[in-house]
Formats: sequence, structure tokens, C-alpha cells
Amino acid sequence: MVVNKSMELKGFDKSVAIDQEEILRPKMVTVEIAGKKYEVPEGITVIKALWYSGQEVIRGAGCLGGYCGACATYYRTKDDPKVRTCLACSTAVEDGMSFTMVPPFPARKAIYQMAELKDPKQDLFNLYPEAPLCRNCNACTEACPQGIDVRDGVWKAVFGDFKGVSEMFMDCVMCGLCVPVCIADIAPNLVALYASRAQGAHFSEKPKRLHERIDEIEKGSYKSEWDRILTMDEQQLKDVCAAIK
Amino acid sequence: MQLQALQELVHKSRDARRKQTLTKFPADERDQLIKKYHPDYRENAYRPIKFGPNAGELTVRELAALLEGDSPVPADLDLTPAYSTDVLVVGGGGAGCAAALHAHAHGAKVLLATKLRLGDSNTVMAQGGIQVAITSEDSPVQHFLDTLKGGHMQNDHQLLKTMVEEGPSIAKWLLDLGVLFDRDPDGNLHVKKGGGSSKPRLLTCSDYTGLEIMRVLKDEVLNKKIQLLEFSAAVELLSDGSGNCTGAVLQDLDNKRLFVVAAKTVILATGGIGRLHIQGFPTSNHYGATGDALPMSYRIGAKLLQIDTFQYHPTGAVHPEQLVGALVTEGIRSEGGHLVNAKGERFVNELDTRDVVSSSIIRECEEGRGVRTTTGRIGVWLDTPLLDVESGAGTLEKHFPAMVRQYKRYGLDITKDPVLIYPTLHYQNGGVQIDVNGESGAHNLFVAGEASGGLHGRNRLMGNSLLDLMVYGKRAGSTTAERAKSMTHGKLTLEHLKRFRAEAHKHHGALATQSPMLFPDYVRKES
Repeated sequence: MVVNKSMELKGFDKSVAIDQEEILRPKMVTVEIAGKKYEVPEGITVIKALWYSGQEVIRGAGCLGGYCGACATYYRTKDDPKVRTCLACSTAVEDGMSFTMVPPFPARKAIYQMAELKDPKQDLFNLYPEAPLCRNCNACTEACPQGIDVRDGVWKAVFGDFKGVSEMFMDCVMCGLCVPVCIADIAPNLVALYASRAQGAHFSEKPKRLHERIDEIEKGSYKSEWDRILTMDEQQLKDVCAAIK
Repeated sequence: MQLQALQELVHKSRDARRKQTLTKFPADERDQLIKKYHPDYRENAYRPIKFGPNAGELTVRELAALLEGDSPVPADLDLTPAYSTDVLVVGGGGAGCAAALHAHAHGAKVLLATKLRLGDSNTVMAQGGIQVAITSEDSPVQHFLDTLKGGHMQNDHQLLKTMVEEGPSIAKWLLDLGVLFDRDPDGNLHVKKGGGSSKPRLLTCSDYTGLEIMRVLKDEVLNKKIQLLEFSAAVELLSDGSGNCTGAVLQDLDNKRLFVVAAKTVILATGGIGRLHIQGFPTSNHYGATGDALPMSYRIGAKLLQIDTFQYHPTGAVHPEQLVGALVTEGIRSEGGHLVNAKGERFVNELDTRDVVSSSIIRECEEGRGVRTTTGRIGVWLDTPLLDVESGAGTLEKHFPAMVRQYKRYGLDITKDPVLIYPTLHYQNGGVQIDVNGESGAHNLFVAGEASGGLHGRNRLMGNSLLDLMVYGKRAGSTTAERAKSMTHGKLTLEHLKRFRAEAHKHHGALATQSPMLFPDYVRKES
């Protein structure tokens, strides 16, 4: 491949190619963390603001990438009475913001053996009898940092549309913010997880090709090919690999 | 110059680039590129390990300090166990949950301890998918060869053969648990092509494959009522004085107290090392990815393997500042996304192996063809809007909802504008040496998942990690459970630690750091 080495970007300094320190002096903003005011750089994430203000976070830090739901947080922006929810790892601070991390909520998870369920759509009402008691307040949907229409999902589960539920909740990070707000004591994320798993385990087609492959392997269909490959010397094997397109 | 203005070149050059075909580098050019630009070859980042099972071997300075580091456990700790179990699983990610579930299924009493919550792991973030050879034009043998090629021929053949052969039955196990893999219209599992693979072989759940698997496994661990200790970190292993592992010392992170778990067998499934920020790199890893299995295994006498090689994922976010280090899934390149330098040119076949693509990005940036952000970072463009141009509007949104959402949070629309990326520290290629059942050099000590080494050689292929976790979690779980049936608990001592400390005292600078590290220290000390 031809690479043109002629053009250098103006002001480019090789020594800082993998620098981590911010070059610009950050603009500072005032935020309130659990009732105390701190000055932190504008635009850093909520969890970084906690570290910046000297606080250790163990309960509340997880993947730091918006996938695990460990850092569920309540926050309010300046002069707005509305308390909102967010993931602390994926939300930037702004001046006048006030926030507190959400402690774990003691939601009840039903215990079930997925393979043994006879009628999963009916079993839902035994496992989560509160699910059909939704009063349509929509607080769960408003609490969802992933923008899932949680209320609609609960109704879909109740009406047996498990496929619909599984599609809607693929984005769910199980942060549980929909749970404490429910006036009917439903844990919508857990109801959705149950419905999604049941959809996969009970209502999805068995993939034919996969089962054929499992049979082939069990029958030893690849034995001669393995023997050929695994008895090669290093160079022969290298040549075989080099020839792969 | 503003990024907005700089990215115009990406839009302008798109049509010309679409007509271009870039071949992969020939073998010698590829080797030269890696040697010159891959972080694994930066000599001053490495030093020999002073003592222990890998004495004299090179590893990165950050890890060497932990391996030679001291345990937080005092020599006179009361070793009366607080818990007693057949199998102690340390780690609550994919490998840990798979190990616990299989050990439980084989009738063992299992205790799963994890330093964060159940499920907090790198697994939950895996976006690319899981490699399983299922199509008629593909085979486990082809999967083996692709992986071997990607790993620079340095993979352990037996570990690798076992993994690829058990792939299909693992996929079935996950399906039976209710994992919703993407399907073709005919009901078969949909497969995508991953970097470094010659055939489409990736099973996916849109770009939430890891999250979906983790949600299900976590739920299953709870359904099986497996004893669970969250916010409990293993900090030292226990031995019987003759090299057999007999349990572990854990720390309750809420009250900081140490407590002892007596176990017939221990499975370490503590994941990788991204949070060591090797060579100052940002990382895609979760908060707890501090390689805890490595110093603990090392002190009890288990040998480590290929700990001089790490994977820098080619496409870590560079902008906005809040996303630095976060992963932009390889899936975008699998579906045709181009890497584009500051001059609007492609410079690598985007589907080459991760080490090649990362090295080529670093070369572009070091030779002055990178794009600089206002915060001083540098990267190259990943042309995301191209996917919608090629495959129709809505493609990105449909195939990569997590990615679109991640950027939207900061007001960036990746369906309209390209994103800036630079390699991010992603994966520990090596780890604790294991046999085909996951047992380490220390008897009754098993290691599963990223913490173990040998399977991936010097460069892991996309999608092989999730499979590794499931296969070796399963093998470690079932082997330990079966073994537990015919054995009794061993003596609980810290003899190995005593010996380790005595050896360490002969080496200047050893024991200076406490290990395992457990968490990176991000707390600012002064105002």
C-alpha cells in the first residue's frame, strides 16, 4: 500500500500522541452532590465529578460504559423542579446541577426454572402477580435512562406479547430505576427479563443448522481434517494459515 | 480548526473511497508495521520480572509491580473459615457465572464472590458477538485456523481446538436459557463476519450481545440460588503447604474486614487488566478490570503465559471527552465502515486483525495524518454515515442502537457525522497458564476467561472472548464439581505467602506495591 508521507498537520506534536492530560484549562462549574457544593470541570461525567470532589465510589461504579446500570443517579438541573434519572458514567455535568447516586432497591425477583415452565405466559401471573395491576401512571417510562417505553412493555408482557417485550427491552441495562417509582410495586425490568427469556427458551424456533453442526461434531465428522491439521509441522501449519483469504 | 470543519473531508472523499478496494498487507509488511507501531513493541514500557515462576521474563512495568507486590494479608491472620464450600468462584462476569452454573449443575456446593455486583464485568459490554462455526461453508477447523493465524501461530492448540469444537453446543446452551441471538428469516442463527475471520461466524444480539448473555446468566445464577457474596474481593489464596490451593482470603469492601473461605477448589474468573492503564492508554474495560488473578496466582506458584502482549482495540472513542476510551464496536467495520485519515484517505483494510489495524492507526497519527481535538487528543475518522449510504437509511440505528445512543447522549449523531477514534487498551491476550479443564499450575486452582492465557496467542480475534468465557467457565465448573465429590477440604495455611515474601526480600524494590489492586485510584487527592 502506498502511504503519502509528505503532508504534516500544522502544530502537530508527536510526543503527545497518547497523552491523557487535558491541554486546555477546563472551565469550572458548581454542582451539588448529595447536598454539598463542589467546583468541578465543566462537561466531565457525573461519576468523574464524584472522583474529582474526592469521593471514593465502589457501590455505584461498574462498566463505566453505559451497559451495566450500576451508576443509576437522580439529578436536577439549575432552577428546574423536575428530578430526572441518568447513568452517572454517561452523563455530563453542567453548572447548577444537583445529583445523588441511587442506592440498591430491594425489589423482589421471582425464582423460576426456565426449562420446566409449562405455560410461561400464564405462569407470569403466578411469578409476578403484581404485573397486571399497572395503573398507567407512566412513571417507569419517565424514569428509564435508556428511553424504553417501560409501561407499554409491562402491558405487552401481561397480554402475552413476549416477542414485543424482548425487542423493546434489548436495550435494558437493569439499572432498576423503573422499580422504586412504581405505585403498583411492579419491577418492570424483572418482568421484562422473564418475558424475554421465555421468548427465547419457549417461543423461538430451534435453529436447524446449529443442531446439524452439533451432530456432525459429535459424530466425529471433522476427525480426518483435525488429524491432517494437528499432525502438520510448524511451517506447514503456517503456510496453511498464510493462505487463508 | 473545529472538528466539524475537519470532518468535511470525510464526507467529500466518501464516494471515491467506496470504489476503492484495499488489500491486506503482505506478511512481511504487516510484521514490520506491528514491530514499529504496536504498543507491545515499545521496549521502555517493559522490564523483566525479578523473581517467581516467570522470573526474567518481560512484562509491562505496571503488571511487574503487581506481580512482585505484597499481599494485604498479615502472616498471622486467623484462618478459621467464615464459609466452607466445594467450589469457590471468584468473579461475577461471564466466565464466573458460567463456571458457577455448571458446577452447580454437577451437584457441587458453589459460592460465587465478586468485588462489585453480580454481572459487573467486561462481558456486559461485549458488542461484537460470539464466534461459533455453524454455516455449511464454515467448520470448527476453519475457526481454529483463523484464530491461529490471528494469534500469530502462538495459540495453545489443545485449548483452541476444545474451544472451537464446543462452540456450537455452548450456543445451544445459551439459546435454551433464553438468550435471543439474531435470526435469519428462515429461523437459523444469523452470522456476521468479524475482523480476522475468513467466514461469517459471529452470533449477535444486535450490538448488545454481552449485555444479553450477562442478563440471562445473572438471572440464572439467582434462580439456582447459588450462594452469592457481592462487594467481596479475593485478596489472597490459601494453600495446604504443599502447593495445593485450599481456599481464599476475601475482603468485605463495605467494612474492609478480611474473611476466609475454605474451598476444595477455587476458580478465578476475575477478568483482565485494562484499568492498569498500561502505557497510559485509556481503556474500554470496566471499573474492576485490574487483573486480580495474576498476582494471586503468581504468589501461590502458578506460571503465567504471554503476559507481554495486550490487545489495543483499534476503535476507542477520542471525542467527546466523556467517551474517551469507550469502545466503538468492530461491527461497524464488519459492515463496511472505513477508517479515514486527516487527508480523507483510507490506509488499512479495516477487517484486518486488531493488532494490524491498531498499529496502522498509530502510524497515521505519529506520521502526522491524525486529527487533533481541542482537548489535545488525536485520532482518525471512522466513517459511520457510510453504512447508511451503503445499506440504506436506518441501518446504523437498527444494527448499532447502543452505539447511536451512546453518542446521542452528548449531542453527536453518528448516522450523519463520522467519529474520531484511537486504539484503546482492551484485552489481556495472555494470563495464567491452564490446561484443557482450566486448571493452573497450582493444583485445585482453576482460572477461566480473560484471566487465563494461551488460548488466544498474541492477538485475540473478535468474538472469541465470549466463547472462551462460556467454554472454559463450563469446563472449569464441571471439572471442579466432579473433583469435589471425591475429596475433602485441605489444610488452610499461608505457607506459599511466607515463601513468596521471603523470596521477595532478596530483591530490591519488591513488595513496594500492594496487590491485587482491586480498583484504579481515580479519586483526586487535593483541591
